[in-house]
Amino acid sequence: MTAMKSMNMIEAINSAMDIMLARDPGVVIFGEDVGYFGGVFRATAGLQKKHGKTRVFDTPISECGIVGVSIGMSAYGLRPVPEIQFADYIYPGLDQLVSEAARMRYRSAGDYICPITIRSPFGGGIFGGQTHSQSPESLFTHMCGVKTVIPATPYDAKGLLIAAIEDNDPVVFFEPKRIYNGPFTGYYDRPVEPWSKHAASQVPEDYYRIELGKAAIVRAGGALTILTYGTMVHVAMAVVEEMGVDAEVIDLRTLLPLDIEAIEASVKKTGRCMVVHEATRTSGFGAELAALVQERCFYHLEAPVERVTGFDTPYPHSLEWAYFPGPIRIGAAIDKIMKD
Amino acid sequence: MADHPHGNIAPLRLHVPEPKYRPGDSVDFSDIAVPPVDAISRPDENSPPSPLSALAYGLVRVLDFDHSAKGSWNPGLDADKLRLMLRNMMMLRAFDDRMFRAQRQGKTSFYMKSTGEEATSVAATMALAADDMCFPSYRQQGILIARGYALLKMMNQIYSNRADHLKGRQLPVMYSAPECSFYSVSGNLTTQYPQAVGWAMASAAKGDSRISAVWCGEGSTAEGDFHSALTFAAVYNAPVIMQVVNNQWAISSFSGFAGAERTTFAARAVGYGIAGLRVDGNDPLAVYAAMRWAADRARTNNGPTLIEYFTYRAEGHSTSDDPLAYRAAEEFAKWPMGDPVNRLKAHLIAAGEWDEERHSAQAEELADLIKATQKEAEKNGTLGHGLHHPFESMFDDVFEHQPWHLKEQCEQMLDEQRSKFGADWMPK
Repeated sequence: MTAMKSMNMIEAINSAMDIMLARDPGVVIFGEDVGYFGGVFRATAGLQKKHGKTRVFDTPISECGIVGVSIGMSAYGLRPVPEIQFADYIYPGLDQLVSEAARMRYRSAGDYICPITIRSPFGGGIFGGQTHSQSPESLFTHMCGVKTVIPATPYDAKGLLIAAIEDNDPVVFFEPKRIYNGPFTGYYDRPVEPWSKHAASQVPEDYYRIELGKAAIVRAGGALTILTYGTMVHVAMAVVEEMGVDAEVIDLRTLLPLDIEAIEASVKKTGRCMVVHEATRTSGFGAELAALVQERCFYHLEAPVERVTGFDTPYPHSLEWAYFPGPIRIGAAIDKIMKD
Repeated sequence: MADHPHGNIAPLRLHVPEPKYRPGDSVDFSDIAVPPVDAISRPDENSPPSPLSALAYGLVRVLDFDHSAKGSWNPGLDADKLRLMLRNMMMLRAFDDRMFRAQRQGKTSFYMKSTGEEATSVAATMALAADDMCFPSYRQQGILIARGYALLKMMNQIYSNRADHLKGRQLPVMYSAPECSFYSVSGNLTTQYPQAVGWAMASAAKGDSRISAVWCGEGSTAEGDFHSALTFAAVYNAPVIMQVVNNQWAISSFSGFAGAERTTFAARAVGYGIAGLRVDGNDPLAVYAAMRWAADRARTNNGPTLIEYFTYRAEGHSTSDDPLAYRAAEEFAKWPMGDPVNRLKAHLIAAGEWDEERHSAQAEELADLIKATQKEAEKNGTLGHGLHHPFESMFDDVFEHQPWHLKEQCEQMLDEQRSKFGADWMPK
């Protein structure tokens, strides 16, 4: 029986990379401030010292370069795990990701593959302003050939990251930075509870995997299905508990490939479906979820699918908490969907 | 227009570059400086980059106008190697001519010739080790020919037929050939640059001896990827050779739209602190010598080199454009550096190692070989004539394992085919 240890999300992510560096000589980790300093969020702290400068290193400030060299390293046979310091900075690397990494297996009919895991902190709630708060995950589900993974707990973060690194296709691994240090209920004026008080902070010290494409039922219920991921899992849970509504809360964990079976089974059981994400509303991943639910569960639905999202504005610095889809917005949506 | 706010100083002007010659113009290239052979002699491969900067503004030459090979850059290749180089370039030209014609006959959608710039792929590749990794752009089919890749496989790819190992997914000429250390060609420009640097970084990190080489056109040096790649190559002293084929034209845009009015493309190296060479790209021996110099340099941990091949795109960009619509017809005929195939032929003849009869016989032999290969390829089908990969292969290789949504979409597509061809239709 493997030893368990209480870890926050950063420690769990660090542990996953540490283990993979030791298990697979092809794993290399790099990014802006990733090497000597250990990353601006400390996710790679100590890894360069332990595994050496040719395995874990700093890069120029060039996301195009970071993603581009990852593809070339993949062609050589390595398994790169680059960090994009903030999801908001990923756009200069998008052509390399969309037109190259995501298409390489297809366009070369398997001659070349890109087993790259791009880690990137995403989401707001940390007073990061519009360039340190975005949730661009829907973009990556729209381009074919990339998997999109978003953990919501330390336990999931480690197991999913190991599975992502071992995956032979490109994976975008978005880390909800608001919950790096503790689960967030959406009540920004209340003290932050550390991960150590949460059951999912108990993480095996050794290697384990959580299969990509499998959702987790965080709370079983019969009245309503809430589909969510990342930080919003915890916010939705807090609201559900507070309102005493018998909701089934599903943490999708992987947006693509999506666990459609879990979604269908739950919605057909509850007859009501609500999607909660922090990202902007229009063309967000919630739109895809709502469409899938109506295609597959229409005759089971008692009410229209509700979407609770961020607003379609850039992330406002001082008005962050008016933007954030917190307890008020979620609560109002639950009231509405339960009335129908 | 707003009132002029600055008194009597002249208003700002936007400079929009204009090529010297347009259709109907007579061409005079006498302003292109052709320095004498060995104007800048060959430095030691181990030299630090900064004293080399003059090389980025000069022109490395070996084959002189009297057809002799001269100077310190002369790679001193034996006659067999030179004849092989000539044969590879002639094969490439014959292949291009045949495939261009196949496109005109409606057998495929698209083709790109490399006429006039054969040396920049063939001679460059011959200076590398067979397992050095090449990251080509779309006009370096000469790499595959120099490495002995099967012409039949190239043709199957061009026809997107049932034997195309890329399963008919890629535009013609976007080959992929791991057995020749040839990376998958992208239609997005210069994306291969940082990829080649990443491969070289990996090779260095693993203590390998293999290096990488990458090609792009002068037009696409304007892409950010080019500059990201040079930064990474410089920062990590990556064993990579970065080549810019300056063939003067990016579709209809002359090299001025990539900055050629101000400096050379090799000079981009100077700002990054890496070695830069400007080379007569129509001189196969100069191309070979420059590549060999850069390869030796990279292999001995002396870092990356940027090479500009100064050449001329003798034909259109692709089968989709008419060069007579945007440039003067006689430019290639007047090109001061001539034709690379003719120059190598003349050199071999002058050295008593070749003659007109052997040359014509070889041209005929290659034309016959290519014609016969084409017949073989067409047995596997041509584009749009039925013999393609199975319909459901469209959904393979998006991911290693097919997710449910692609399985569903594949079923839908097969149903559509059944509704078109009848209920008994089976995927094959």
